[in-house]
Amino acid sequence: MSILVTPETRVLVQGITGTFGARHTRLSLDYGTRIVAGVTPGKGGQRFDGRVPIFNTVVEAARETGATASVIFVPPPFAADAILEAVDAALEVVVCITEGVPVADMIRVKRAMEGRPTRLLGPNCPGIVTPGDGPGRQSGCRMGIIPSHILRRGHIGVVSRSGTLTYEAIWQLTQRGLGQSTCAGIGGDPVFGTSHVDILKMMNEDPDTHGIILIGEIGGTSEEDAAAWLREHGRKPVACFVAGASAPEGRRMGHAGAIVSSGKGTAQAKIDALRAAGASVARLPSEIAEALIRIM
Amino acid sequence: MNIHEYQAKQLLARYGVPSPPGEVAAAPEEAGAIADRLIAAGEKRLVVKAQIHAGGRGRGRFKNGSQGGVRLCSTASEAAAHARAMLGEVLVTRQTGPEGRRVNRVLVESASDITREFYLAVILDRAIARPVVVLSTEGGMDVEEIAEKHPEKIVREPVDPAAGFMPYQARKLAARLGFTGDMLVSASSLIVGVFRTWWETDATLVEINPLCVVQQADGHASLVVDAKMSFDDNALFRHPEIREMRDLGEESPLEIEASEHNLSYIKLAGNIGCLVNGAGLAMATMDIVQSVGGEPANFLDVGGSANKEQVKAALKIILKDPGVQGIWINIFGGIMQCDIIAQGVVDAAREIGPLEVPLVVRLAGNNSDLGNQILRESGLPILSADGMEEAARKVVEAVTCCR
Repeated sequence: MSILVTPETRVLVQGITGTFGARHTRLSLDYGTRIVAGVTPGKGGQRFDGRVPIFNTVVEAARETGATASVIFVPPPFAADAILEAVDAALEVVVCITEGVPVADMIRVKRAMEGRPTRLLGPNCPGIVTPGDGPGRQSGCRMGIIPSHILRRGHIGVVSRSGTLTYEAIWQLTQRGLGQSTCAGIGGDPVFGTSHVDILKMMNEDPDTHGIILIGEIGGTSEEDAAAWLREHGRKPVACFVAGASAPEGRRMGHAGAIVSSGKGTAQAKIDALRAAGASVARLPSEIAEALIRIM
Repeated sequence: MNIHEYQAKQLLARYGVPSPPGEVAAAPEEAGAIADRLIAAGEKRLVVKAQIHAGGRGRGRFKNGSQGGVRLCSTASEAAAHARAMLGEVLVTRQTGPEGRRVNRVLVESASDITREFYLAVILDRAIARPVVVLSTEGGMDVEEIAEKHPEKIVREPVDPAAGFMPYQARKLAARLGFTGDMLVSASSLIVGVFRTWWETDATLVEINPLCVVQQADGHASLVVDAKMSFDDNALFRHPEIREMRDLGEESPLEIEASEHNLSYIKLAGNIGCLVNGAGLAMATMDIVQSVGGEPANFLDVGGSANKEQVKAALKIILKDPGVQGIWINIFGGIMQCDIIAQGVVDAAREIGPLEVPLVVRLAGNNSDLGNQILRESGLPILSADGMEEAARKVVEAVTCCR
């Protein structure tokens, strides 16, 4: 098992014909992901690389191909519309890779999604991968931009607000022979679909996940919320790393959500909360896998 | 993006939110002329306010020794003299840091006859993903200080984005401030206007501190006496008129240059320049530098799919910072290939000329062996490292020994 997506998940891509979307769709197809449809308004009826059918609308693509999950690569001004189109089509999982979505758009999207069954990851995230165990480590479900060559099927769950730090952690695990059940990027924006806690709950219940790596950064309260939840419900070993201890207050550190304001959202407060909840804290980003191995 | 007080007041005015009468001036004569017009309109007391993107101006001090970025006066010649004392001078406040900010404009305004002061702000509450109108009966003070000492004096009104901010919510807040009668009606409409300003301009912050009840010839009125606004950079594409308000004089020249190359760069005060791909890794890189005894000179994220040109531009910007004594390039080749980055580093180093500071490169992931080989064979004085801690130590040690 795994969480949210499995190698069997049928995936559609919104923005499949853009440069970025096309490139990562090819990489996912190479990885064995079941990309069954693309959506680009106006290009319905065409085929992507001669093999993936393109539709004008998400609802049509889902109906015709049985897709239950979508990955979004559209430019920021159109991301909110793309997310809600996928929600309207009642897809189960929607992953928004787009960086730079206006906060006000996400406030409206969050509100419109209340009570709907769709789960959103991101925006501004590297996506989600459930590695496969096919030949050459292939046949996994790769939605987004996580490099596939660093992955390996196994039993460690990874949840993170940052892209490259996720890759660092996955790479460290794979090099030490520890594979991954599912790796989920939740994104670096201030308003997002899925939190650390949402993913922890699923990983806690997933029999295939034996240990969890949680990567956080300054700003907001997602890590503190995760700590509070872990303290009450955590049943599996958790190692964590929180970036931004040296960041000055009041400046956005690359990610729109990575900001310490009025003394709130500091790395230290998050680290303290996670440690108090029993998590093993990596002092350095190069020691994330070690921090988990120590307690497993 | 931040804007000046006078710009915030102009925006608020478009949403029917009143401020005291006044205008902005870039020269002392202009300030005098504005003062003349205000006095002719019946204003008795005026205030001259330095326009910089930082709070604490009133208690600030100019580098030339003179005191106060907010000064009262009652004649046009006094107003011109105050403006002359401020314009072109560097003002240091508790928010500017010791380097201060140069004053290029002053706001000349009617000095209100204040009877009561409040605090009013609109912010995003990230925990509930909704806007919140925040109000306090203690105006003029630092809101963090109020929150700490008198949490009971802060009222928060979350806004449902589907319904919008409803008039009853504004009336509830106005009543909480003790307003009755006509004042309740006018204060409610002011609060609605402040919220609309936040919502319709894609602001991240509107802060009115203080919001004042002032004595006017025909009774009382509530007015915005000071205002601060910041905006969501990601939404500026749909607000060209707000983008026009950007004041490059308030930004670090290196940050401006970086933004022209689509690099996410923040200038800091340390000695180790950092060039990294990915915001999370860039933050973590700064953290490691600090943990081994160095101080990061900057945050720099070249992005997940950076090319040779961006690496070159990034390296040049880091080298322009006079505080930089050593550089650490930290790359995880996920989608990017390490050999391409290595080639970019080598090309950039050759083009820039002899490297006068130690350069440590740590490559991991895709083609990292090939990348390290390119660095080794370049003949350039580039130190490579496998681990992050090793890289951080190498650059910090190189800087310490060369000093």
